Amino acid sequence: MDSVLSEDPVALKILIAGGFGVGKTTLVGSISEIKPLRTEEVLSDRGVGVDDLDGVEAKTTTTVAMDFGRITIREGLVVYLFGTPGQERFWFMWDELSYGALGAVVIADTRRLTDCFPSVDYFEQRGTPFVVAVNCFEGADRHSVDDVRIALDLDDDVPVMLCDVRRRTSAKEVMITLVEHSLRTLTSAN
Amino acid sequence: MSDSPQWFDEEAGPVVRPYALIRGRTRPSGDVFDLVAIVRAVGETPTGELGPEQQLILRAARAPISVADLAVELDLPVGVVRVLLGDLRDHGLISVSSPSAGGSRTNERILKEVINGLRAL
Repeated sequence: MDSVLSEDPVALKILIAGGFGVGKTTLVGSISEIKPLRTEEVLSDRGVGVDDLDGVEAKTTTTVAMDFGRITIREGLVVYLFGTPGQERFWFMWDELSYGALGAVVIADTRRLTDCFPSVDYFEQRGTPFVVAVNCFEGADRHSVDDVRIALDLDDDVPVMLCDVRRRTSAKEVMITLVEHSLRTLTSAN
Repeated sequence: MSDSPQWFDEEAGPVVRPYALIRGRTRPSGDVFDLVAIVRAVGETPTGELGPEQQLILRAARAPISVADLAVELDLPVGVVRVLLGDLRDHGLISVSSPSAGGSRTNERILKEVINGLRAL
């Protein structure tokens, strides 16, 4: 008897990463229904002076909204999308988010390619399968996929693709490419 | 005066601050619940001892539901939901399965199913 046949629903987690304003929210919205998920985290020192803490010196947590979407593949099989917090001071949330994740999409903007370096580094170190989706903003140079691969110093097996996160078909292609990549990673490890 | 924003009802925010619901605690007892851990209500519900939010969770978890979906459904921050879940777990009122635990990134068959499902979207 295969354990998959039991009634336990399967929930898979995919992370959407990239710099601030690169299109994470748009990508999640293009392919899934966005739900308002509130999360709250410990304020690090970096938050002091940014968040007004006058009179609430004991306050150590703050509430942040997180991009969250779900794609129902079938009853009992759901893919959850989580946008990773763009600000550096929420880095510590990534470990929990990436734990057990099926994979990650790193969205890149060629005008600010360095913004996605931290995400790429993070997933490389964690061994989380990821793809780089180059969001083609209007007016942005269409750098070739190979240029982006070289600039980001990616391993050959990491898929790099152009996309338009506003378009559902494009967002779909990105997700399919990621899951296929995760599948390859899984089968080559066995 | 008339220029100042007026907030009514839900826009004015919760009457009870979320952390008051969980008496200022920020971490659940025991292990932290993964966002995609599946929660399911088990056993008889002792209505007397539970707060209204915990009763709402038990009602929502009659069918298996993820921690993230619970937070959306109850419109509460994830951390608050986790603490409430910790209490329910301590009382033996829920079972929790963490699909992403165990290191395995799930099996080949499921991933193929996901790929086909995405294509069909």
